Amino acid sequence: MSFLDLKNVTKIYPNGTKAVHETSLSVDEGEFMVFVGPSGCGKSTLLRMVAGLEDITEGDINLDGKLINEIDPSERDVAMVFQNYALYPHMNVYNNLAYGLKNRGIDKETIEQKVNDAAKLLQISDYLQRKPSMLSGGQRQRVAMGRAIVRNPKIFLFDEPLSNLDAKLRIQMRLEIKKLQQKVGVTSIFVTHDQVEAMTLADRLAVINNGIIEQLGTPIEIYDNPKSLFVAGFIGSPQMNFLDGNIKNKTLSAEGFEIKDIDSDFEGEVKLGIRPEHLSQRENSLINLKVDLVEQLGSDNLVYGRLKDKKDFCYRCPGNLTIEKGADLSLNIENNKYYIFDKSTGKRVN
Amino acid sequence: MTRFITSSFSHLILLIGILIMVVPVWMIFASSTHTSSMINMNGLQMFLGDSFYENYLRVLLYQGGFFKEITALKMFFNSFIMATGVAILSVVTSLMAAYALVYYRIKYATLLFWIIFITILVPLELRIFPTYSVMAELNLVNSYFGLIVPISASAIATLFFRQFYKTVPDELLESAKLDGANTWRFFVDFLIPLSKTMIVAMLIFMFVFGYNQYLWPLLVTTSEQYWTVVMGLKMMSGSIVHRFAFVMMSMVPPILIIIVLQKYFIKGVFQDK
Repeated sequence: MSFLDLKNVTKIYPNGTKAVHETSLSVDEGEFMVFVGPSGCGKSTLLRMVAGLEDITEGDINLDGKLINEIDPSERDVAMVFQNYALYPHMNVYNNLAYGLKNRGIDKETIEQKVNDAAKLLQISDYLQRKPSMLSGGQRQRVAMGRAIVRNPKIFLFDEPLSNLDAKLRIQMRLEIKKLQQKVGVTSIFVTHDQVEAMTLADRLAVINNGIIEQLGTPIEIYDNPKSLFVAGFIGSPQMNFLDGNIKNKTLSAEGFEIKDIDSDFEGEVKLGIRPEHLSQRENSLINLKVDLVEQLGSDNLVYGRLKDKKDFCYRCPGNLTIEKGADLSLNIENNKYYIFDKSTGKRVN
Repeated sequence: MTRFITSSFSHLILLIGILIMVVPVWMIFASSTHTSSMINMNGLQMFLGDSFYENYLRVLLYQGGFFKEITALKMFFNSFIMATGVAILSVVTSLMAAYALVYYRIKYATLLFWIIFITILVPLELRIFPTYSVMAELNLVNSYFGLIVPISASAIATLFFRQFYKTVPDELLESAKLDGANTWRFFVDFLIPLSKTMIVAMLIFMFVFGYNQYLWPLLVTTSEQYWTVVMGLKMMSGSIVHRFAFVMMSMVPPILIIIVLQKYFIKGVFQDK
């Protein structure tokens, strides 16, 4: 049995809404697990069930070999960082960190030692006497982390902790969280709707949609080998291009081109997925793109255009190529990296 | 220039308003420092006389009432006990009522709250006979307890605390739970410190409310030992200057409370965070 074990966990709210469907998942000790999905997909609910802030309708949750379904949140030995930090506004930073320890009846000297150690680790030693209202966003974030670290819990739970920060600070804190987790080595679950955050932080990633884990794996596995239309569309930026198509006798006819000898026995209506970064320009290739718009990012250009029947399509090329608006490009799919999904079920078929 | 004129005009109106309110009080104060024969001959005075200590000391220590059992000093003591009791008890009960209404999973909590709130429409005067008979049954007539308890549940204070608790983010409770705080600790360590200013404001409000009670103390006390200041205003006999002095002194406690705590009072009633 692994460190954290969720078995057929289901959450149904009193009004009948089913937020989480029979989800099973295990997290190893020291692992950084990320739940990613659109808002309202049930990822936060799942996290809050682990924390004990939501009742579990059905199923079991085991933490460190112990069934915790009915155990009070305070007894579970978990620490949580909230989206808006939930710092205690009337206590200074020191007491914010010390409060959980005081409630556990730890003696004063030990508390002081632990708080000072955590403060040093997070570089907030200078603000220990300040109230949260006198801190900047990044500092508050650190205090929230400190409150989790200081208790030395079995598991860290992060509920979208970076979404209140500005873009630059977000990237910086993302790095710091990852470094810190590696240093402290505590098992962590991180919930986010931002797929970049998910990809960069995770050891393993659970893509959640409508209360179901669509796919579980390392970030690269999920990027390279999405199992469903939803996962393919959600992971990757800019988003994967999707084209309608049809398979007959191992030949896929999409909008304006055909791919022969595909690696699938499926027949019928499909969606063809091609990542913008898996395309390159070559004479007389499959795809003909009429350029509408070019976004220059410096290192890359994002080229948006139309195929024959006016479908939006994106192509990512190196920033040193100059592409004019209105140009006609001939694009090749590199190494045959394309994905075919059953149009009716959304399941991958190649 | 026009701005100067309009602003001086509005200041003038304010000044007139202040004068209308202050002059009568000042006349009573000034008159209370003269001898009574002076007032009887020359009417109310605008300037201070030289009998201040003599008059005020006499009032404080004079044995008043029909049975000469009570002094003004004792009345102040009674009023203080009653007002403080009402203030503390009503703040404590409404803090707890609001906590239960907001944080416990009570069915029909909103309905219950509105039932509490409707009691604002039922003044003490309306329920005075049943309340009196309850107090009489419990043998609490002529006691401080009887003075305080029947007016110590405040729907207004419950409303204030409830509305405040509703603005406290849920994450704070959840975070506190994870930090090992039980319901009682959350109340004591979080809600009470967070609503500190509002508590002080309500204490002042209820202190003044308790201090100003007239009809209830009049009914529930038959012994002069329990007379309060506001009752004494009517009951006190003696010469005109002594009554004036007593009136002046009766204003001191509420004013003092407000001056000392006004910082909290304004913050608590008009909370802007």
